[in-house]
Amino acid sequence: MSSIGTGYDLSASTFSPDGRVFQVEYAMKAVENSSTAIAIRCKDGVVFGVEKLVLSKLYEQGSNKRIFNIDRHVGMAVAGLLADARSLSEVARDEASSFRSSYGHDIPLKHLSDRVAMYVHAYTLYSAVRPFGCSFILGSYDKDDGPQLYMVDPSGISHGYWGCAIGKAKQAAKTEIEKLQMKEMTCRELVKEVAKIIYIVHDEVKDKAFELELSWVGEVTNGRHQLIPEEVRQEAEKYAKDSLEEEDDSDEDNMRWHVSQRLHSTAPAAGESPTERGAFRDKPQGTMLSLQFNHGIV
Amino acid sequence: MEKRSVDSRVRGVSTGTTILAATFDGGVVIGSDSRASIGGEYVSSKTINKVVQVHDQIFCCMAGSLADAQAVTKAAKFHLSFHSVQMETPPLVIAAASVLQELCYNNKEELQAGFITAGWDRKKGPQVYVVPLGGMLVGQPVTIGGSGSTYIYGYVDAKYKPNMSREECLQFATNALALAMGRDNVSGGVAHLVVITETGVEHVVVPGNKLPKFHNE
Repeated sequence: MSSIGTGYDLSASTFSPDGRVFQVEYAMKAVENSSTAIAIRCKDGVVFGVEKLVLSKLYEQGSNKRIFNIDRHVGMAVAGLLADARSLSEVARDEASSFRSSYGHDIPLKHLSDRVAMYVHAYTLYSAVRPFGCSFILGSYDKDDGPQLYMVDPSGISHGYWGCAIGKAKQAAKTEIEKLQMKEMTCRELVKEVAKIIYIVHDEVKDKAFELELSWVGEVTNGRHQLIPEEVRQEAEKYAKDSLEEEDDSDEDNMRWHVSQRLHSTAPAAGESPTERGAFRDKPQGTMLSLQFNHGIV
Repeated sequence: MEKRSVDSRVRGVSTGTTILAATFDGGVVIGSDSRASIGGEYVSSKTINKVVQVHDQIFCCMAGSLADAQAVTKAAKFHLSFHSVQMETPPLVIAAASVLQELCYNNKEELQAGFITAGWDRKKGPQVYVVPLGGMLVGQPVTIGGSGSTYIYGYVDAKYKPNMSREECLQFATNALALAMGRDNVSGGVAHLVVITETGVEHVVVPGNKLPKFHNE
């Protein structure tokens, strides 16, 4: 649903005749250009997963992190303009530490999320500044209040979630997230699912290399936000890659069925020979179709 | 830091006082005497209430200069009420104590007020925190303060036990106040006690003639 707001989109202090602030909407488009970040809340914690695209082989591994530590019990995953996100992470850190200094205890996540959202919103009011071009997801765990997950977008709205996704493949990721029964899962189970979703929504054709950033906060970490330990990460990535292969196989079967319906108007017989499958795989059209089935994009 | 001169005219009304707070199983008792004096020479009020409610289930005892203490608790009360509306939940006792601490520490040159904060919150249950003159913050299961407290350190050390019942703790607090008021000339009057538990708050006032009597009275 994109439209050009000619004349009404030059500053954030102008409404359009149909009641929109275009600068804020353009800021949200900046988020949609970035690669995907997801976070899911389960019964004993929150898991973050980010598809971090590696733009150059010369980058040191682990550079340009997109998951930040805000306070020891809060994690933040971002999508959009990374510089804007970094500056907001500093704002969040200041809020959290000043709360702790004034009140002697950890900041409740809803309050932190409200405060940072208010800050983001302030930048949508004036023509002298531009809105922040990033969305971010905040998650924390407290043994009394349990796990919490909030997402803030460039308009300055914050909502609480059980699972959310931001970035270019957020629709596909949301579809995958909705399939999960996260309220009954533990963090350990969820880590694998998060890795799998990132692998699923990653577009092999347009974006080549990516690093999977995973972190969690929950009972398993005693309430501290940390990057996933190495063995858990390897288990999760293996699970993700294995599930993807299985899906590829079953998707190819599906694809074969649908394509053959359209091209040949005959249903394939059960137990078709492998050579037929190979023929489809070689066709470039076939590959594109298979990608579409994998990602759920029509 | 300048040594503050002990001048009763400059300082005004001060509360030579006895204040205390103690946790028991399921709650906390906070109490004080009710005498306000000017320079230790003249009792300006026999029935002043030094136990102030800063939130629904959080109370504070004041010690030191009454004016300073009242000003600080007024500010703290406002701050906490705003904070609890923003949080959409009652404040934690540690938050109330921290608010008092910020006020006492940042204004330590001008103020001469110390506090004992006690209350109940859903995270940690019954708690007691003491914020003395300079603005330190320490959590303790039982604490005493004011000029009269010097006479009852022995009693408190000997008689306080953690996880007492409500009645035992109330008796302990009443005895402690009575003993202090009996020896300290600037503490006296009635004993104001407040019992705070998960279910609510109960005020107990023990008039001077109903206080427990000891062997030489």
